[in-house]
Parts: sequence; C-alpha cells; structure tokens
Amino acid sequence: MVDRTGTPLVELRDISIAFGGIKAVDHVTVDLYPGEVVGLLGHNGAGKSTLIKCLSGAYQKDSGHILINGQEVEINDPRDARAQNIETIYQTLALADNVDAASNLFLGRELVNKWGFLDDAQMEAETRKIMGRLNPNFKKFNVPVSALSGGQRQSVAIARAVYFNAKILIMDEPTAALGPHETQMVAELIQELKAQGLGIFLIEHDIHNVMKLCDRASVMKNGQLVGTVDVKEVTDDDILGMIILGKKPAHLAA
Amino acid sequence: MTDTSHSQPPQGSAVSRFLRATEIDQGFLGRIGALLLIWLGFHLYGAIFLDQGLFLTPRNLWNLSVQTAYIGIMATGMVLIIIMREIDLSIGSIMGFVGVVMGLMQVDWLVPILGLGHPLIWIVTVAAGLAMGALIGAFQGVLIAYLAIPSFIVTLGGLLVWRGAAFVASGSTIAPLDATFVLFGGAGPFAAMGSTGSWMLAILACAAVIWITVVGRNARRKHGFAPRPVWAESFVAGFACLVILGAAAVVNAYNWAPGNLKIYFEKLGEPVPEGAAFGHGFAYPLLLMVVIVVAMTVLMNRTRFGRYVFAIGGNPEAAALSGINTQAMKVKVFALMGALAGLAAIVGSARQNSATNAMGVFDELYVIAAAVIGGTSLAGGVGTIYGAIIGALVLSSLQTGMVLIGFGDGSYQRMVTGVALVLAVWLDIVYRKRMK
Ligand SMILES: Nc1ncnc2c1ncn2[C@@H]1O[C@H](COP(=O)(O)OP(=O)(O)OP(=O)(O)O)[C@@H](O)[C@H]1O
Ligand SMILES: [Mg+2]
Repeated sequence: MVDRTGTPLVELRDISIAFGGIKAVDHVTVDLYPGEVVGLLGHNGAGKSTLIKCLSGAYQKDSGHILINGQEVEINDPRDARAQNIETIYQTLALADNVDAASNLFLGRELVNKWGFLDDAQMEAETRKIMGRLNPNFKKFNVPVSALSGGQRQSVAIARAVYFNAKILIMDEPTAALGPHETQMVAELIQELKAQGLGIFLIEHDIHNVMKLCDRASVMKNGQLVGTVDVKEVTDDDILGMIILGKKPAHLAA
Repeated sequence: MTDTSHSQPPQGSAVSRFLRATEIDQGFLGRIGALLLIWLGFHLYGAIFLDQGLFLTPRNLWNLSVQTAYIGIMATGMVLIIIMREIDLSIGSIMGFVGVVMGLMQVDWLVPILGLGHPLIWIVTVAAGLAMGALIGAFQGVLIAYLAIPSFIVTLGGLLVWRGAAFVASGSTIAPLDATFVLFGGAGPFAAMGSTGSWMLAILACAAVIWITVVGRNARRKHGFAPRPVWAESFVAGFACLVILGAAAVVNAYNWAPGNLKIYFEKLGEPVPEGAAFGHGFAYPLLLMVVIVVAMTVLMNRTRFGRYVFAIGGNPEAAALSGINTQAMKVKVFALMGALAGLAAIVGSARQNSATNAMGVFDELYVIAAAVIGGTSLAGGVGTIYGAIIGALVLSSLQTGMVLIGFGDGSYQRMVTGVALVLAVWLDIVYRKRMK
C-alpha cells in the first residue's frame, strides 16, 4: 500500500502548453508519491507525452508549477531534469542510431579515464551488466543501434533510464515493441524499482498492464485531465469509460 | 538474424575471415585499392606513351604529400561538419581572406615594428591566422546554431563575403613572405626535416603503433572481452609499421637539387663536398597534417566532444534529450573548421611564398569531395578522419597525375575530379547495397 500522507515526490500543478493554436496540455494537475506507479492514459493525441515532456525538460511549460518533494523547481532543459534524478524513456526511444548500445546508454554522461578520454571498455562492461538483467538474450554490443530490432532498441532505452539511479522514472509506452517475455521482465523491473521507493509515471495503453502495475491512473482527453482514480477502486470498464467518454464513472464522481 | 557469439566456428572464405579477424573495413580496402590503381595507371601511362613513368618516383610522391596536406587538413574538419548534417562552403574564401591578412601582417605591419626576420613575426602571424579562422567559423556557427539559418545559406553567404573581403584587404599579391613562415609550405628542401630526423620519427611512430596495440589488448582483457587473435593484431601493426618506414624511405630517397646543396654549404662557408647527397625527408606540411589527423582522430573516437558530434549527426533530437548542448557543439565545430581553414591558409600561402586574394578558390568543393570520397555520408552520422585523408590523396593524385601526363590544364583536371567524385559515391552506394 502506498503511503500518500506525506509530501508528494512530484507535483505537476495546473500545467498548460500549446503548440500554435492547439492546447496540447490544458491545466492538468497530477502527482506522484515515492514507491508509487501512476498510469497516464488517454486516446492518441490526448497530451500524455507532451505532459511528461514538460517534466523531462524536452518542452517548457507555458504555465503551471512543477514541485519536487514540495519544492518548486525550474526545469528548462533535459539537464535540469537529470539533475533532479528524473530519467525518461521516450516513446520515440531517443537513441542515436549510428552509435552502439553503450554509447547510447552513457550519452551525455560518458565514463572517462583519468586523462579525460572515453573509457569505452568500461562503458561496454557496464552495459553488458545491465542488459544481462533486462534482456539476457541481447548480444549486439558492438554494432550501431540501427542494426537492432525494435524490442532490442527499447531494451537499450530502458537500460539507460534505470542505470543512473533515478528517483523519478518516466516511461512512455516502454513495452510497446517488446515480446511477452521481455514485457514480463519489465513488469518485474517496475515492481522492483517501486519497492526501492522510486516514483514512476507510466504511459500505457494496455488496460491489463495498467491494472496490474499501477497504483493510480490519471486519464486525459483532448489535453485536459478527466480524473485520477485509485486502481483498486475501479474496474477495467470504468477506466475505459473515462478514456472514451471523458467522464469519471458515476459511483466515483464526488 | 540471431546474435553471433565468439565461440562459433569461423565461416566464410579465407579473405572474409581475415577481414573479420583484423577488423579491417572493406570500404577502406577498396579506397586504398582505387588509390593504388590511380597511381599505377598514371605511372604506366607515362611509361608507355611518354617513355617515362614519372608518377611513382620519390620526387612526385614527395610533392604529392605536400599537395595533399592542405586539402587534407581542411578535410578532417569537414568530416565533423558533414557528420553533424551541416555543410561549410565558405572555407576556400576564409583561406583567401585570412591568407591576405596574414600576408599584410607579416610584410606591411610587423616588419616595420619588429624588423625583418624577427622570430615573433611568424609566431604572431600564425596565431592571428588561426584565431581569425576560428572567429569567422564561430561567428558563422552562431548564425547557424542560434538563429537557425541553414548552414548551406550562411556559408554560401560566407563564400561571397570573405572572398570579397580578401579583395578589399589587398588588390595585389603580397610577397615575399617571412622566411620562417614560408617553411610551413613545404616548398623546397628547407621546408622538410631531412633524412635522419625522418628515420627517427618513423621509428618513433612504429613504436607508438605497437604501444597502442598492446594497450588496446590489455584494456579488452581487463574487462574480459575476447581479444582479437594475436596473428591478426600483429599483422595490422606490422603492416602499419611497414607503411610508415616505407614512406620514410621514399621521402629520403628524394635528394636535394645541386643548387640547394650549394646554397646550404655556402651558408656554412664550405665548398660542396664530393658526392654530397641529402634526402628531403618528410615535408613540414605533411607533418602538420599527420599531427592534425592524429589529434582529430583522438578527438572523434576518444573524447566526449567527438561522441557528441556523432550523436548529433545520428539523431539531433536524441542528443538534445540526453542533455547535450547541440547549439554550442555546432558553434565549436564550425570554429574548429574555421581554424583549420586558417591553418590551410598558412600552409597554402607559405607554399606560394605569397598571399593572393584568389587563394583557395574552389577549395571548399575539393575538401567536401575529399570527405565524401573518403566515405563521409551526406546524410550525416557517418565518417572517418582517415577516410577523408585518403579522399584528399585520391584528389591530389588525380591532379598531379594529370599534370605529369601532359593534361596540366585546369579544365581537364576539374573534369576528371568531377567524374571521380560521382564515381566514388556511386561505387560506395553499390557496395553498401551488396553488404545488406
Ligand atoms: N512539437 C509539437 N508541435 C506541434 N504539435 C504537437 C507537438 N507535440 C505534440 N503536439 C500535439 O499535441 C497533442 C498531444 O500530443 P501527444 O504526443 O502528447 O499525445 P499522446 O497522448 O502522447 O498520444 P499517443 O498515445 O499517440 O502517444 C497532439 O494533438 C499533437 O499533435
Ligand atoms: Mg505519446
């Protein structure tokens, strides 16, 4: 059971961002507690990715507040987010296709030796270690990631997000390209990270995964928040109803 | 495709097994093969039709090394630019402008202050040339990175602006240049390091090759990765040493002209000894290029800077999301390119012993061609420094070869160069398709 009495790990308060005339995110408020997985749901184009990109530093919100452990923070670029121990698995994976898995895993945070030169052997060794946990079948360490399958690429993106001891993890459809076995391993990973006290925003279309992995679910439609529910108090159909109709189910509407 | 592991029995022909074990890139071998074909072709053409195979002579190969140097120096920078999905059309004009200003500086401005031949003249001039190139490049880089004007446009503008500025700065040729400055150009035997020095350098270089091989093996072993077979590594290192020593033998076999011997011994106040023969040794501009190549290779493969250049070329958005300041990186790469154009201006004007506002015309195109022939992909993300040097060698071989066989007229050279560029890229496309 997640303890939601203290200060939240993350609060996104009244966040708005527009592209041209489109209000991609429109006054959305969600929060996340340590050891909690909050699912973000909604139809395509609902604004889920855009919302979390305001937290990961990819976009700058037009208005609203971001609080980490109750303190308001400015996140203007991805470096700011990383400095707050926020790690992100993007829907597009955000991999540089022309370099290998280790180079991607350590991109922007390369290991260097005492003369400041890249320590590629050390980075490869670390990559082998973490990939061994996530996807033991992965062997393609010395080829550009463009030569990897969709699932293998996704494993690299996941490895990058979990390697650096994140406190806040954002996962934008992390298992979209994974096979059943790898999906199961990611599910176990999420449970494990949760047990370690991380907070996780999980964008996921599969209702079964949401019911299995999430503590709460926030549903968005057309850029607005439909509502946030405790997963234990609702059924699959309640959540589907929220996504499709854009209304909280009658028995929960206060 | 399943993953292959190291324990699988070796498969394929002896050649492909050899290439896999040595990790030699087939594209690289193809380029070397093409280069040797060009060399042999010109030599045989001369031997058959002109009764004299002039290409594969120490004298010509030495000149080739000098001619390759300044295109090669700039091509190393162009590789970075193209990897980042940008282009720089302004470098020929930057060369012209920086060359003229350096000419004015050493002849008109510094001599009256410091006196003729003062050592500070060349030092200040060289520093100013590099700084000017870097500043111009950085300025263009700022327009590209922060104002989001496409580099094609900014540097096309630069091509016009800096050439115009070169004409404004001086309408006439500035000559002769400072005597020490001229040594950068590799014109004549005094701008080379001599045979003893060349042998020593070659031996040092071989030692470095062996050292790098051993260190690389140890690093792999430390992390428990399978090291490459000993025979493969010995072969690659041994072959590299052979090439280095061979190059030293060639440049040392090119002897000084009698006139230069006389000048040399006159300075010493001695008569020219009977049977005196001095080898040229490596030309200074060639050494300069080698230093640049080593530095740029280390930069690209061993530093964060190089890693970021590749990442930005592979996926600019991913690079930015990884916290890389892609705009600052662009400015730095264009500044580096500008500095290399400044260095090329030093070598180029020193070689002519004069500064002219026409220096570097068309060079941006040759430099881009060198990078592309060397395997740099215009789609971005892919390219090597050594490839660009081979590209520069191919281009300068075609140019000097055409002169040697009597087609020295610039028009034929350009036609051949143009055809070679298109042909090289087509062959590369065919090769890549076959690899898939
Ligand atoms: N960079 C951008 N420029 C213009 N419009 C954008 C941009 N990013 C997102 N949008 C728009 O914002 C809206 C929300 O997009 P977003 O990617 O957040 O949806 P999503 O909920 O993640 O959808 P999906 O489930 O398909 O991933 C869409 O209408 C989209 O077109
Ligand atoms: Mg999305």
